[in-house]
Order: sequence, then structure tokens, then C-alpha cells
Amino acid sequence: MQQAPRSIVIGGEAGQGLVTIGDMLVRTLIRSGYGVLVAQHYMSRVRGGHNTYNIRVGAGDVLAPTDDVHVLVALDQRTVTEQGPRLGDGLLILDERLDPGSLNALRVPFAALAGRPLYENIAALGVLAALLGLERAPVDRLVGEAFHKKGDDVITRNLEVLEAAWRWASDHRAASEPLSAPEGPTGRMMLQGNEAIALGALAAGVKFCAFYPMTPATSVAQNLILHAERMGVVVEQAEDEIAAMNMVLGASYAGARALVPTSGGGFALMTEGVSLAGVMEQPVVIVLAQRPGPATGLPTRTEQADLDLALYAGHGEFPRVIFAPATPEDCFHLTYAAFDLAERFQIPAFVLTDQYLADSYRPVAPFDLDALPPLAEPDFSTDKGPEGDRYKRYELTESGISPRRIPGFSKSLVLADCHEHTEQGYITEDAGLRIAMSDKRLRKGDGLRSMALPPRCFGDEAPDLLLACWGSSEGAVVEAAQRLRARGRKVGVLSFTQVWPLEPSQFLSRCGEASEVVCIEGNATGQFSRLLRLAGVTVGRTLLRYDGRPFTPEWIVAHLTAGDSGTSHMQTAKGASA
Amino acid sequence: MTTTIESLGTFETSWCPGCGNHDIMKALRQAIVGLGLEAHKVAHVSGIGQAAKAPHYIRLNGFNGLHGRSLPPAQAIRLCNSELTVIAQSGDGCNYGEGGNHFLAAIRRNVDMTLLVHDNQIYGLTKGQASPTTGEGQVTKSQPGGVTSAPFNPVAVAVAMRCGFVARSFSGNVEHLQAMIEAAVRHRGFSLVDIFSPCVSFNKVNTFGWYRQRCREIDASHDPTDWNAAMRIADTFGDVLPIGVIYRNERPPLDERVSHIAKGPLGRQAVRHDVLRDIMASYM
Repeated sequence: MQQAPRSIVIGGEAGQGLVTIGDMLVRTLIRSGYGVLVAQHYMSRVRGGHNTYNIRVGAGDVLAPTDDVHVLVALDQRTVTEQGPRLGDGLLILDERLDPGSLNALRVPFAALAGRPLYENIAALGVLAALLGLERAPVDRLVGEAFHKKGDDVITRNLEVLEAAWRWASDHRAASEPLSAPEGPTGRMMLQGNEAIALGALAAGVKFCAFYPMTPATSVAQNLILHAERMGVVVEQAEDEIAAMNMVLGASYAGARALVPTSGGGFALMTEGVSLAGVMEQPVVIVLAQRPGPATGLPTRTEQADLDLALYAGHGEFPRVIFAPATPEDCFHLTYAAFDLAERFQIPAFVLTDQYLADSYRPVAPFDLDALPPLAEPDFSTDKGPEGDRYKRYELTESGISPRRIPGFSKSLVLADCHEHTEQGYITEDAGLRIAMSDKRLRKGDGLRSMALPPRCFGDEAPDLLLACWGSSEGAVVEAAQRLRARGRKVGVLSFTQVWPLEPSQFLSRCGEASEVVCIEGNATGQFSRLLRLAGVTVGRTLLRYDGRPFTPEWIVAHLTAGDSGTSHMQTAKGASA
Repeated sequence: MTTTIESLGTFETSWCPGCGNHDIMKALRQAIVGLGLEAHKVAHVSGIGQAAKAPHYIRLNGFNGLHGRSLPPAQAIRLCNSELTVIAQSGDGCNYGEGGNHFLAAIRRNVDMTLLVHDNQIYGLTKGQASPTTGEGQVTKSQPGGVTSAPFNPVAVAVAMRCGFVARSFSGNVEHLQAMIEAAVRHRGFSLVDIFSPCVSFNKVNTFGWYRQRCREIDASHDPTDWNAAMRIADTFGDVLPIGVIYRNERPPLDERVSHIAKGPLGRQAVRHDVLRDIMASYM
């Protein structure tokens, strides 16, 4: 029988190298064909504190992180104290100088194996990989790749430590059951949400990115910077988020596909620019990686509480689209789609993620670039067209979409304006034109709605319980549904990867067939459940998590069956705490 | 098609009769013709304020953005299409108040573009509040006891930061202003022209006469590459207001330092899926 996915947690202080161990182990597992899912929990500090790198690994696909732990690698005493209770009868691996208490422990002489403290994380990797029954060669190869810039001496020294650790662990094989053979394909990427967004943007031909560093969005820009030269992308670190947003609008005006990544506080500064994009009808893709607020909140944790912010950001009324990827694959494809819709409808398009997904590594097959649909493009033509200011940048059309020329290519002059304007873009205060222009902009919303992505459906049709969710929680909700179905309950899942605009005809009947709809989301007020209710869905209850931690199947099952607890609460349709 | 004063158009404006903005636009028109620029190859960017309405009063490509934010889009436009001549126009409030951080960053970034600041030392569009360049002690509608903050000296800051090109001019001397705009546009890098421009409605101190009496062309012997000499001129503000090119240097602009910008407008460059396949392999 296939093993259930195993949960391996590496814990320690920031700066102890736990991410190095985790990344190298995960890359080895993915290269070997295992299903893997990583959840990184870290504190807002460069040294010290208590961080964990949570790996869930299985022979096949892994959907979500879990609360239970089968193998705990403790790099410090605090990890034993804080994560020990999750361990149950699993195995604690720790340095012999640390105190395991009453836990089932394997005490490792890391100092002796490593020789120098610098190499202790390679020793830990070796012990862990050997105990999991992994092959040695892929780990050796990875060590060679990881240290190739540091020269042969460093590689040799690391390989010696790896050898010593492997030999030591071989004598302690009985301590842990090895992983069963992998069933997934090899040749997959090790990709986290932000990397997938960067690749999606590059596939779409992003040519300009401006950003101001902010966790957990920064690595979107960092990945673009990594490939900027080869892919011909200009990435500029702006003086602030206001500049970043206004820069991408200028880039978009000049005909470059443009992206701006940020998180809640930075995005709050960009909101006037969102409004400018609305009235100027300037395409722009905004990646908003959520973290818990208000203000600085829990700066390195996860939450889904900026849906309202993205939906209502910017004064005045204008259409927008908001995607909420559930997986790194979604991050790629929805970023690509965001560039298409941004250009097609000349609107701001959002990719709304969160810290959990941004930092979560999964195995992902290389994207089939030839299979991608063609993207909408502006009019770069150099042919005559209307010359000078006879060109109507804001021509009134049935669809609301005006042909968008790019300055400098034809003799048409392109006037983009922040005021209410004439069809040519000249400032106006004419009441009739105002109405015509506002109607034109809002008409684009009709076309946008007609292209809305339907929610994904999992589990039973006409269920007793229909779990509605959006964005990164999909995997945990689907696994929770599987667990409930295994107990004999009829459960379905409706997962929204587009949260605005919604097209009710895509999901109203499915919701109507369910005895009860429960909306599960990572915020304290049920932001998406309100949108569902507006769409006509009868949402029975909301299950809300806002403690800064990602959803797990256990958490969902426990709270669905037991109700209110700790940092979450369950609300009835009337909004009272259950 | 050759650009002419006529082809740039004449428009009814919302500016008061006698406002310096009219003369600045006249000088800009003459400079564009003088430089031989084609209208469709110029991107004219502004923020908000009376000066910032300029893109509506001249036939060029225009981007009329948000208050204080003329510089971020202007720089990005140039970075994305270095075939365009980029000229930003806005007032002292827009550039030195709301957009102060962008002003400092643009000097450091040194993108090849020109910033024309209509400096009337007052807020006009909002009817007469102090601006960053209003003199200390000056009584305004919202500072009835006199302005309590010290004035911002944009040219001194720009020279101190070794801005690529720093000039000052006066709307009342159109010929001089045209020459300054032309020199600023020709300069490869970020160019600032701070232009004294009387607000006839709300600034009763810094009037046309006040400026005309004080503005003096900088002596021909001044070497604008001499930073110390430039600092002394930039710091002169009182009975004499020096106008002319105060400072310049030859620091290469950002758009010449990024290799792929020179390959043509970014939006027209190929999307290299072949390269992206290699890149994907690097994540394995």
C-alpha cells in the first residue's frame, strides 16, 4: 500500500541555514520524482527567532501542508519545545548537545561529523536524506552544483561531510521508515508561486517592472532581475511604491508590457495610480502578495485579507479583473492571462496571492510555451491612420474598448489623460461627455465578465456540504473534503481562481444543489463570502482563519466539525460567532 | 512632416491673462521647432496644477498624470522607448512638494529627459497657498501669519546632487528660455530648467516686475562644469537672480547604460521563448 504523504519539518533560528537544508532536500526529492509541497514559516528578522521549513512529501501529488509532523529536524532547543508537540510518535533528529526530553529522538554528533560549524547543515542534510532512503548520487550532484562557484576545495570538503553523515545514518537506519518509491515524473521544476509569476510574465513578454522591496512580493522582481538581460526586461527599483506604480503606467503608455509587484502596505500607496490606470485606460498587471495587516501586521506571515483592498482600490468607478491563483501552475497561467486581459480591456489586472503560496515550492512540469494562447496587443502600426490629434485615444465604441496606439510609431498623437476627457484625450467638463466616457469604461466590464474563469469543482455533486474557497487554500480544502468523504460525508469543493468579476451563471446552480455552502477563507470578516452572497449564493457559514498561518486539512476538518476555536471563528449566516 | 509653430496648434487655455505659463509654452513651441523635433516623436508628460495642463495646449504625444507624479512615468517612457524625446512640465508644488522624492530620485537615476518647472513660488490651481519655494514670512491665504518654513532651493539641491544639467530661466525672457530648453533637451541625461513664472492672481510678492528687476544672465565666463562655482550661483537668491546654465556634467544616462534599451522600443522587441525554455531548465 502506498504510504500517506510524510511531513518533515526543519526548525531553527534565522541564519542557521535551515532553508539551505530544506531547499537542497526538496530539490533532491523533486528531481527523484516525489510529490512535494513546502510551507515556509519565518519571522521578520535576519538572525535568531524561530523559523520552520515544512516539507510534505509523497510518492504522488501533495495538496497541502499539514499540522502533524513525522520527522522533525531541530537545529536549536526552541524547535524541540515549540514543534515537539506536533511530532506524536514521529522521529526527532537533533544535535547530541540538545535535550530531546521524552521525544523519540535520534541524537546526532553533528560537531564530529561536520568538523566545523559551517558544515553542520550539510551533515544534517546527509543524515536526513539517508534516513529517508534517498539515493546518494543526486545529493552529491546537488552539492557540486550548489558550491561550484566556491571552488573544488569547498565542494570536496562538503562531500566529505556528506559521506561521514551518510555513513553515520546508515548505522541508524532503523530509526526511520524510508520513503516509498516515487511515482511522479522527473524533469520537473522546483517552483514557488513568485517564481511561477515571474515565468508567466516573461512568457507574456513583460518588458518593464518597477518595484519597491516588500515581503512577500520581492522575489517576483528578483526573479525578473535574474533573467532581465537575456529576456530584454528593464527592472527598476523605484524610490517608493507610488513611483513604481506610476512608472509602470508610463511604460505601458510607451507600449511595454508592464508589471508591478507589491504587498498590502505598498499597494495602499499605489491606489491613486490604480485609479489613474482606470481613467487613462492604461493596461497594467499588479501582483499583490498578501500578508496580514492592518499596517505592518504580521509581516512575514500569510493571510487573504486584501481582497477588498484590491477590489475597491482607487477612487472613482472603473472595471478591473482579479485573479487568485491556487498553485504555482495557476501563478504562471493567470499572470499570463492577466497580461492578456489588461491589454484587451485596457484595465488594471490583479494577481492576488499570499505569503504561503509566494514561498511554497512544488514540483511543476516545464510550461508548454507553444500551447499558450496569443495575447492581445496594442496597435504599433506605423501606417497612416488619423494624423496628429485627429486620433481618438478614447474613441466611443460599443465594446467600450478604443483602439490603443502607441506614441512614436505612427503620426497619430496619443494623449493619455487623468481628467475626464474628450475622445481625443483633451480635458473636458462637459456633462454629456462625462456620462458617455464613464459608460464606455464600464461597458468593458461586460466583456470582462463574459470571459470570467469558472470556479474549479472537486468532489461530490449535489453534496451535503459544498466548501467554497479562493486562491491558495484550494489544496487544503480539497484534502479536507477528501478526509470528510472518507468518513462517509457527501462533500464538494468550489474553488475560485478568478474572484472578480464573477459570473453567477457559472456556479449558482451548483451552489443551489448543495444542502449547505460554507465559505472558507483566510480573513476575519468573510470578504469573499460577501461577494458570493452578492452573486446570489446562499452562504450558510463562513470558516475564517486569520492567525497568519496557512490552511491545513486538519484545521479545516476540526473547525468544520467542532466550530469556534482559538484564532479562528465560524460565523452563521447572520454573522454571529458559532 | 516638419513641425512648425502652427502645426503645434493654438488652444484656448485656462490660464489667467499675463500668467507666465503662456510665455513658457511659447518658448517650448519655438524650442521644439528650433530643435527640429517631430511632434509624434516627443512625449510630453505632466502632473497636476496649472502648469500641468500644458499637454492639452500643444500638439504632441501627452501623458497628463497625477499630482506630483510627472517624473516616474516620464522616466519609464524614455526607458521603454529611447527614440522618444521626453519633456516633463509641471509646477513647483507638483515637483518640489508632492513629488519631492521623485525629483531627488530622478536626479540620481539620470534618465535622458528634460524637466521644465514652472516656478511661480505659489499654489495657483488651489488658489494661493504657500508652495515649497514661497519665501519665508510671505503672507498667503493659508499662511496668514506668514510662511514659517524655509524655502526649498531646487537648483542648489540639484547642483549639490550633481544633476546632469541645471539651468534657470525666466518666462519674461522667451529668447533666453528657448535657448535653455534647447540646451536641456540636447543634454544627454536628466536636465532641470527651473523657470521663474509670475502668478498674476495669487503671488503679489514675486511679480513680473520683481523677477525682471532681479534676473541677470550668468556671466559668460562661468564654467558650468565647475561644481564649486555652480554651487555659489545656485545659492544666489535675493536682489540678484542668476539665469542661465548653472551646472552640467557628462555622466552617462541610465538609458545608455542598459544594453537592451538601445535595441529599440522594448514593446517591439521579440519575446524569446527559446531563451525562456533554457531559463525554465535552470529551475530544475
